[in-house]
Amino acid sequence: MQTLIIIINIIALVFTGWFIDWALRHDKKKKMLVPGILVLALIVIAALPFYGSTYSMILMTSILMYIILTVSWTLFSGPTGYISLAPAAFFGVGIYTSAILGKHYPIISVVIIGGLISFCLAVLVGALTLRLRGIYFAIFTFGLVQLMSAFLLWYEIKFTGTRGRFVVVINNQTIFYIMLVIFISLLITSYFIRRSKYGLALQSIGQYEEAAAHIGINVTAIKIVVFAISALFMGMAGAIMATRWTYVDPYSAFDSFISFLPVLMAIFGGMRQFYGPVLGACIFAYLEELLLTKFPYYYKLSFGIVLVAVILYLPDGLVGLIQTLRNRISRGRNAIFS
Amino acid sequence: MEKFLDVAIAGLLLGGLYALIAMGLSLQYGVARVLNVAHGEFIMLGGMTTWTLFTVFHINPLLSIVVAGPIAFFLGFIIHRTLFKKLLNSSPNQGIFESNSMLASFGLMYIVQNIAFIAWNPNIRGYSYLQHPVDILGALFGANRLVTLGFAILIGIVFYLFLARTRMGKAIRAAASDPTTADLMGVNINLVLAICFGLGAAMAGVAGVLISICYPVHASMGMEYTIIAIIVVVLGGMGSIPGSFIGGFILGIIGSIVAYIEPGLVIVAYYVIFILLLLVRPTGILGK
Repeated sequence: MQTLIIIINIIALVFTGWFIDWALRHDKKKKMLVPGILVLALIVIAALPFYGSTYSMILMTSILMYIILTVSWTLFSGPTGYISLAPAAFFGVGIYTSAILGKHYPIISVVIIGGLISFCLAVLVGALTLRLRGIYFAIFTFGLVQLMSAFLLWYEIKFTGTRGRFVVVINNQTIFYIMLVIFISLLITSYFIRRSKYGLALQSIGQYEEAAAHIGINVTAIKIVVFAISALFMGMAGAIMATRWTYVDPYSAFDSFISFLPVLMAIFGGMRQFYGPVLGACIFAYLEELLLTKFPYYYKLSFGIVLVAVILYLPDGLVGLIQTLRNRISRGRNAIFS
Repeated sequence: MEKFLDVAIAGLLLGGLYALIAMGLSLQYGVARVLNVAHGEFIMLGGMTTWTLFTVFHINPLLSIVVAGPIAFFLGFIIHRTLFKKLLNSSPNQGIFESNSMLASFGLMYIVQNIAFIAWNPNIRGYSYLQHPVDILGALFGANRLVTLGFAILIGIVFYLFLARTRMGKAIRAAASDPTTADLMGVNINLVLAICFGLGAAMAGVAGVLISICYPVHASMGMEYTIIAIIVVVLGGMGSIPGSFIGGFILGIIGSIVAYIEPGLVIVAYYVIFILLLLVRPTGILGK
């Protein structure tokens, strides 16, 4: 029964992601059926605390967290092709904001402050790394996470005398709803960025950066702003997630595995369509829940195998696979009728 | 003055090890264009294998080099032949190949690391071999450190001569500077790239053996050495053997100075150097 509830909720989440694709495609035609289903899907998700168990609510919170990380990663890295391995840095900043400020301020303001600090850090990182292309950008962002964790560990042991910190505990329902609000605002933000001229500018940066600069796009500013917006959501997710972990230390907060998860989830789901990253995140978050506590090594082993396999055999992810299958079916149908 | 000598010699000993680690990665990135993030995992495999051979079968660690080197070479060769060759063929341009192969090597890292966790469990292992102190200019160092430095320099020289004097070395240098033209000139490019990747892995394996003589080894040690190798390679310039040695010694000396002042900040210092370097001169000291 619990599994069924979770599967229904996952379908509702993927549908919510797919709705953005739909809205981007059918801008002029107004059909009421699809938005109707969207409202239904959102009600199903939002009402979960009233019919689901605490366990399903906690699981859905993790799934939402992974979706937020993956979708916000895709927001910048999908169209531009810059592989950012910094999600763990922004997520960790959110976690530490929560650990330091959580006792003194209400949770909503802590989440917003966490997001804003991540935003500022991303502006700084973006401004510094503009000259780096390709894998240098990836290594830089990867190094950033390690730097922050090493520095923080040294600072904590030297000046506070302890390794980790306790985070103020908040009830699961509040965490779930805040996560849901972050998720929905991320979807709305992504929709407007994609639809605006900035979305097109991002895509042209990904295809040919020099050409994009030559036709008058302010390449630098757009990259920094979108990178920072994606960091904002990661920081907010970190700030709220920390309250569930109750104890954090530099290693767990700035775990480079967190940086790879969104990359894998997005590539696995496929970045061509909006629902791809959502689908990838749902599948992996569920897989993690099944495997991580019982077989942690086998979970990370399968993580590696899937990463290699997807890069080799599924460059467009599950979405690409679905589209190939659909094309094949429709081609078959045409052959019969023509 | 004595303290200064202590720090300087410790830095040189550490630097030789770093140079050896970086040389393999430099070869893999400089010629095969794969930033092999799983490099440290080959070091870990070399170290763990040596530990197993020494404690279970009582085999001399220096003898393990003969075992670990060829096995690592074979593994690297096979991996390039299957995984990276396919990626190279399916990638539309070099930039995409570099990104994809880096991500694939991250996948490889998780695969090797977790197989090692399952095989050896995460405990820290160590053994003692050649630990009697040796006096250098009034400072005392373990004989194992000196052996490590000696091997690192020996391998560096042999490899440099291999690149400079042999037919295969010439083919590798040709493949590094222009793979397409090298291919047209009759160089079997896929074989050369696979051999380079295998040689890089073999150096990592040998470095792992030498590291296990000096330091404790464990299944999660790979990442730390991968990062050091990347920093040294970026410092010295991608694909340059002398660059690896210069970078290795610089980083080793900086490491031992920082360790003398504030031991907790060694890794932080490495990253600061790395990040500054990427911002100021991403091609490295000897890079083009």
